[in-house]
Amino acid sequence: MIETPNQSWNLREWLAFASVWGAAVLVTVTFCWLLGDIIWHGLSHISWTFLTAPPENAGRRGGIGPILVSTGLILGVCLAVSLPLGVGTAVLLAEFTSDTNLFGRLTRRSLDVLAGVPSIVFGLFGNAFFCKTLGLGFSILSGGLTLACMVLPILIRSTEEGFRAVPDNYRLSAAALGLSRTATLVHLLLPAAVPGLLVGLVLGVGRAIAETAALIFTSGYVDRMPESLLDSGRALSIHIFDLSMNVSGGDANAYASALVLVIMLLIINGTASWLATHSLHRKIVTV
Amino acid sequence: MTPLEPITVSHLHHPAGDRFGRCERQPFVEVDQLSLHYRGKPAFQDVTLSINKGCITALVGPSGCGKTSFLTCLNRLTDLIAGCRVSGRITIETLDVLAPGLDVIQLRRRIGMIFQKPNPFPLSIRKNLEFPLREHGVRDRRQIAQTIEATLRDVGLWEEVKDRLDSPALALSGGQQQRLCIARSLALAPEVLLMDEPCSALDPLSSGVVEDLIVSLRGRYTILIVTHNLAQARRIADDAAFFWVQNGVGRLIEAGIAKQIFEEPHDPLTAAYVSGMRG
Repeated sequence: MIETPNQSWNLREWLAFASVWGAAVLVTVTFCWLLGDIIWHGLSHISWTFLTAPPENAGRRGGIGPILVSTGLILGVCLAVSLPLGVGTAVLLAEFTSDTNLFGRLTRRSLDVLAGVPSIVFGLFGNAFFCKTLGLGFSILSGGLTLACMVLPILIRSTEEGFRAVPDNYRLSAAALGLSRTATLVHLLLPAAVPGLLVGLVLGVGRAIAETAALIFTSGYVDRMPESLLDSGRALSIHIFDLSMNVSGGDANAYASALVLVIMLLIINGTASWLATHSLHRKIVTV
Repeated sequence: MTPLEPITVSHLHHPAGDRFGRCERQPFVEVDQLSLHYRGKPAFQDVTLSINKGCITALVGPSGCGKTSFLTCLNRLTDLIAGCRVSGRITIETLDVLAPGLDVIQLRRRIGMIFQKPNPFPLSIRKNLEFPLREHGVRDRRQIAQTIEATLRDVGLWEEVKDRLDSPALALSGGQQQRLCIARSLALAPEVLLMDEPCSALDPLSSGVVEDLIVSLRGRYTILIVTHNLAQARRIADDAAFFWVQNGVGRLIEAGIAKQIFEEPHDPLTAAYVSGMRG
């Protein structure tokens, strides 16, 4: 029977309606406020000079040129290390160890725990291991390697899910055609698992590029233009932290830097989803 | 293992008059006392069967009597299943299929397999055929193009897809996908084709097309086909083997010429099954 609307039903309906929409609006407004605030205060300071010039007077004036370079280098080191390691481990876990394998289970459990470890812990570990034990000091290399440790769990687990999402009948029919496991992996499974890899990459890079705590102890504070990977370099997020917390009168540049960071994140996200939908179609074509 | 002949198009060309090849009653695959256990539990036991060259052998019987498992022993797909143990003996000509050191990649080139659900790769139609060829060492572009055309003609798909070879294989209809999968196997010039209910996931019309295609392959390939469709088995099979479950274990009850199995079975179980009284 279809319930006829009456007053009490209407009230309940309206309450539900209002709370659902209220929650949605609250979230959206908060985000827009945040973004709007950053754009409002930051946009007027962004110029080509700001993006390329070195910071002056502890960052109150000048630009963020060296900081962008350091950020890029740290991210580069992080990806160069975490991508091959991540994909390799995911292949091993998804394709070469069974679900019941003790080694596989232990590895998966450890990764899940690691993915939830606070970044400051990674920072302390990076400082103790990369900076001190390996003697890399406060450097872009130390920072990038620490970030790689942080990103790896997310990257491995989501790439592994990508491999597991590939239907088993591809593997069976490939085997029945006498194709080697390597050929199957390279030509069928890897391209089919790329969406999972990209999701992990976006999540991981998003976390890495916005990271502050893990980098303070590893890549350091120095805002000079880095000359090698063994130089200390200041990442964008640390620059923002420093300007807003330690430098009075640095707010304007902090806002501008934050806006640059947000734009970088948007570009990375956009590129990843573009890659997922366009370039892959040449290799794997699903309907 | 005897060295394989290179994959050539001549394998695929056949004069129009010889469209429907003949089955010579000459044993090609010999299966002796074959048993298969999954994690210690027997799936089927003591199957002894001789499969004739160029003939269509239908494996019939109720679900769960080990017909599909039997097929996967022949191309050693059982190797991929954890906890699966095969004992007994299978020989194809002089080749010992179950020998431990056997090159399964070469074995699976000689023995193609078609699955119940069409399973083309998520690649283009062309790549579906080209990828296995390349992996088996065919690099010459012209030869690849010729083989693609010849096999697609063989399965009657060429006219339907020749203008869209680079479109996704998964965009084809179910029947077309299944024929593409058959073409993909034929491209490697196998000697034996294993078919696991190749028509059961298709609509009646496509099912008929695929059935005709299978009949047209008689004589050129030794075909083993699992089917639940007794009428289909009657129509296409030269030989038949009847499986049944006894005490939870699959067994081969009777095998022989299809006409005899379907019309004058020796075993009462076979008689009950083919007459539709049981199973």
